[in-house]
Amino acid sequence: MSKSLNRRDFIKISSLGLGGLAVANPIFDWLGGSMNSGESLQETIKRIPTYCEVCFWKCAGWTHLNEKGDIWKLTGNDNDPHCNGRLCPRGTGGVGMYYDDDRLKTPLIRTVVDGKQTYREASWNEAFDFIAKKMKKIADEHGPECIALFSHGSGGKHFGRMLKAFGSPNITAPSYAQCRGPREVGFFATFGEGIGSPERVDIRDTDCLVLIGSHIGENMHNGQVQEMSDAIDKDATIITVDPRFSTAASKSKHWLPIKPATDMALLLSWIHVIINNEWYDKKYIDKYAFGLDELKEHVKTYTPEWAYGITTIKPNVIRKTAKEMANAAPSVIIHPGRHVTWYGDDTQRLRAVAILNALLGSWGRRGGFYNPEKKKVAKLDIPKFPKPSKTWRDAFPDQYKLAGLALASGICDATIPAADRDCSFKAWIVNGTNLISTLPNQANTIEAIQNLDLMVVIDTMPMEITGYADVVLPECTYLERYDNLRISGHREPTIALRAPAAEPKYNSKSAWWMAKELADRLGLNDYFPFETEDQELDWQLKKVGSSLEEMKKIGLKKFERKYDDLYPLEGLPEYEFNTNTGKIELYSTAMEDEGYDPLPKFTAHEEPPTDFYRLIYGRAPMHTFSRTANNPNLTDLMDENKVWVNPKVAKEWDLKNNQEVWLENQDGIVTSFPIKVRVTERIRWDSVYMIHGFGHTDKRLSRAYGKGASDAELITQTKIDPVMGGTGMRVNFVTFLTEAPTKGAA
Amino acid sequence: MIEQIITSGKHNIGIDPVLSIWPWEVPADLFLAGLVSGLLIISTFLTLIGKRHDYPIAVKKAPIFAPFLLLIALFFLFLDLSHKMYFWQLYTNIRWTSPMSWGAWTYLFLTPLTFIWAAIHLKTAYPNWKWPYEWMENTIEYLKQYRTGLAWAILGLSLTLSMYTGILLSAFNARPIWNSAILGPLFLTSGLTSATAFILLNCPKGSNEKKLFCTVSLISLGVQTFLIIHLIMGYLSSDLAQVKAADLFLGGEFTTSFWIMIVALGTLIPAYLHVLYLKKIKVPVIIPSILILTGGFFLRYILVEAGQISHW
Amino acid sequence: MRYAMAIDTKKCVGCSDCVVACQVENNVPIGHCRDWVVEATSGTYPDLSLEIRSERCNHCTNAPCVRCCPTEASHIVDGGIVVVDHDECIGCKACITSCPYDARFVHPEGYVDKCTFCIHRVEKGENPACVSVCPTKCMYFGDTDDPNSEISQLLRKRKWKTLIPEAGTEPNIYYLT
Repeated sequence: MSKSLNRRDFIKISSLGLGGLAVANPIFDWLGGSMNSGESLQETIKRIPTYCEVCFWKCAGWTHLNEKGDIWKLTGNDNDPHCNGRLCPRGTGGVGMYYDDDRLKTPLIRTVVDGKQTYREASWNEAFDFIAKKMKKIADEHGPECIALFSHGSGGKHFGRMLKAFGSPNITAPSYAQCRGPREVGFFATFGEGIGSPERVDIRDTDCLVLIGSHIGENMHNGQVQEMSDAIDKDATIITVDPRFSTAASKSKHWLPIKPATDMALLLSWIHVIINNEWYDKKYIDKYAFGLDELKEHVKTYTPEWAYGITTIKPNVIRKTAKEMANAAPSVIIHPGRHVTWYGDDTQRLRAVAILNALLGSWGRRGGFYNPEKKKVAKLDIPKFPKPSKTWRDAFPDQYKLAGLALASGICDATIPAADRDCSFKAWIVNGTNLISTLPNQANTIEAIQNLDLMVVIDTMPMEITGYADVVLPECTYLERYDNLRISGHREPTIALRAPAAEPKYNSKSAWWMAKELADRLGLNDYFPFETEDQELDWQLKKVGSSLEEMKKIGLKKFERKYDDLYPLEGLPEYEFNTNTGKIELYSTAMEDEGYDPLPKFTAHEEPPTDFYRLIYGRAPMHTFSRTANNPNLTDLMDENKVWVNPKVAKEWDLKNNQEVWLENQDGIVTSFPIKVRVTERIRWDSVYMIHGFGHTDKRLSRAYGKGASDAELITQTKIDPVMGGTGMRVNFVTFLTEAPTKGAA
Repeated sequence: MIEQIITSGKHNIGIDPVLSIWPWEVPADLFLAGLVSGLLIISTFLTLIGKRHDYPIAVKKAPIFAPFLLLIALFFLFLDLSHKMYFWQLYTNIRWTSPMSWGAWTYLFLTPLTFIWAAIHLKTAYPNWKWPYEWMENTIEYLKQYRTGLAWAILGLSLTLSMYTGILLSAFNARPIWNSAILGPLFLTSGLTSATAFILLNCPKGSNEKKLFCTVSLISLGVQTFLIIHLIMGYLSSDLAQVKAADLFLGGEFTTSFWIMIVALGTLIPAYLHVLYLKKIKVPVIIPSILILTGGFFLRYILVEAGQISHW
Repeated sequence: MRYAMAIDTKKCVGCSDCVVACQVENNVPIGHCRDWVVEATSGTYPDLSLEIRSERCNHCTNAPCVRCCPTEASHIVDGGIVVVDHDECIGCKACITSCPYDARFVHPEGYVDKCTFCIHRVEKGENPACVSVCPTKCMYFGDTDDPNSEISQLLRKRKWKTLIPEAGTEPNIYYLT
């Protein structure tokens, strides 16, 4: 085993002197002489539309050029419902992505020099020929389906088109099985529709917002944060359930400091209280819901007193908060959250959330869940994609039957050959996602990578994953390229344009161009009928009555809703839901059909052993995962994470603020780097908390290397959601090492 | 538990996490300015009361060092400036509310006067001294007739300079340690003490002048002790910010340095050695003098440091 | 005319967008900042409260920095905005020590720098960069001499505080609580 692991050594590109370790201070450079005095402030000479790529919210905005024609600043587009003219800190700091000196600069191909693996600079032609040759070989030997695409971001659309044309349906993003998958499935099973992104929650107009482990404000999902602020302005009641005193908790009328991993008990108990007191929306439920009686019977024993023993939330608090929700109903949101892969029963927990919303009649009503509308934009005139003969699902017979999208973790697992499988994945194309820290169980991911015949990584930054690639392709940043139109569902349908504000720096290129070049070499030219992406966009835009020219001026176009059904269930009209029964399924027939519990049940989860603490991770408003960890503007705000420790725990371990410790998990895995302690009352004594995305191990990330510790390293255990294959990751426990662990102990 | 943290990565150099923008240059300037003004006050005062021939060291010899020490002080001040090329802007404005401004103006007027003062005493202190040009000789002879006027001017400016050293700090309400009216008198006294120490270093063995300045120094150290106690008491009886600030000297970060460097080595021990000397017990005068001078520097240094750390 | 800022601590989530926006708008070099975010937690788990404040120069009416400046580099302009004229500043740093809010710093070029309320934007009738970017819209900028301005109305309607009023500086950044 250990031999095979050496095959794909982690390569430090900088060792070849390919411009990895430039330790200049770029900001001084690009500010040039303009710092002398206030008079030489920059001015906007021109602005070019874009939509943000620093996170998935994709706010539409403007790239401002200064008098030198250089990229200066980014601002939001006033008409965009995602941001209402206000970008978040990451969006505002997006300029740092463009000016980051550590960017990938040129294509690289793995090679062996003096018996050591390293990279050599390559031309684009060389790189594409190499990839195309390997892809064809894999397709010939194993079928094109054995090539998978992992992506997170706009580039995925282009590589996806290329790969589908090549014959593989295996296109995945960690944002499903490692993040929001369970809520889509849970809500789909209940209402016949998922939540989508941006979430269809009408926070702006709500009277009561219930957050369960969702830390809006620390997760900077822009429009949602803005609307929570509007709700605060309107004096809406906020109820936050979190073992940590999150920012949102501090804004809440009720903070329920729940014992971690017991949310299901609280939800069931709320359902119990609402049904038993008949606080649910009777007319709504009578008209739309299926399975109330079964539900009522099911939750009979889930009393607040029962829940108290599990959650440590007092029965009167459970009743009081249930009453608050009922009073506000239907203008109430029990928020589905976003990163919900916690304990392996997540789909069921989200089912409970959906049921609670259903009981209160908030789905399809003002102040609850609205009905988003997307603008229909003509599909490109390209041939049909070939029908694949196998998919990733074949690797998991009779498992995860309700998974709506491909599982990133599943494809990773199905890359490691197994006796009971006749085929495993042979090639990965990875774009814009650092799988080393997005997938749980790093050792497993690395083992999967060892088994690949080809791995291509396309990224703007030398993230850890690039070190495992056979070919690294430098993608230009979003400020230097076109991309597909942003077509997202919202209260009003909109389309937004991303246009380049500068030529790509270095030898970087856009994903669209790369995908087209590859497609050409694979004989798939028909799928990329336009020579350049702006032609493609112009064609598409003309079909919706606009043009590239117009969009370059306005950036974002709003359209009228086709139907006046923003709140389709307002006034209780006849309505058929997209479920087996055509009703809101409190009792899920789809789940039952597939052999899963039709009603959510409480299961107790493992608790931390003595001297161990549950590892809870989350987000900081100024960073997106590990993607921004090297951004000069954003590292300036926060350049490392700290481990939050309750003062009681700190006293027990004699830990001081800012003391460096190493974290060790239940499997003996120790963080690569030490992390500073933050002694704070804001975390429960049975848990520790850290921000995800730090502790980078690649030295080419000059600002991020060795700063803080990586929670991803510690997530070696997962509880897999049987319904849809989500990887529950809040099941890891850590302890403190106050002295540096001795190297090479393993 | 109260936890107050800056979450946005504020790390302005010299400002965060604690203020430290005046390292040694400003304290050194304050010390030298205090010493010089002490020397000049003593010299001009003795001149004005008609005792200039009784105390040749204090009146004539010691002031010869003054202009040079003053230039060094100015140089330190210049070193501290972070936008040095704009130094001249100091002299395009007179800002009465700014101690820095009137300090600068005082330096401007005092420095030439101290050169004159030194020049007119040079020959009496060093009879062998020869001016290179005759016109210099003549000018200095001519200036001697204005000795009294000069003495008054220098006395006034020296007092101003001495006050500047205290008020530069005490004008800053923002730093509780500095925000004390005692700081002015304390620095003035300390300046005088330092001056006596400096004079003592130059006095011949067993001279009357030495005895006198030993006594003056002792009195001055006594006043200094009284002012230090007063300073601490003042903090403790003031608002919470000052009470907390005083803690820097009463168990906090600067406790050892304050009580050992300033109080013990800089004040009490030299005072004790002076007493011994006055009781005719042999003590090499260099010891108390060096202790006083070092203590004088540390008084400024520690107060400047602690002041920057203290906050509301 | 008296420009002032009111910041609603009930809405602020401490995202630090104000800090980045200021940095980019005003060419504040990396490693320095003119505004910053403070998070103050008090209490014991689970009885806790948290106040988040975006802080900056308070443009004090009784500004100690202006008083102690030996060259008039620090001065007050129309609307009460405290600014530093870079070409008059000698870098004596007295103003830095005089500021109880630690709002000033030495720019790498040598002069002292601080928040200007984005005077270059205000002159054009725009809001300061921090105010116009704030995702929670928790910051309000306006003229407190005008009783009808949004900020005046807010200050009448809501409870507020200023920072370290004991220092007697008469700050013009108000925190709505």
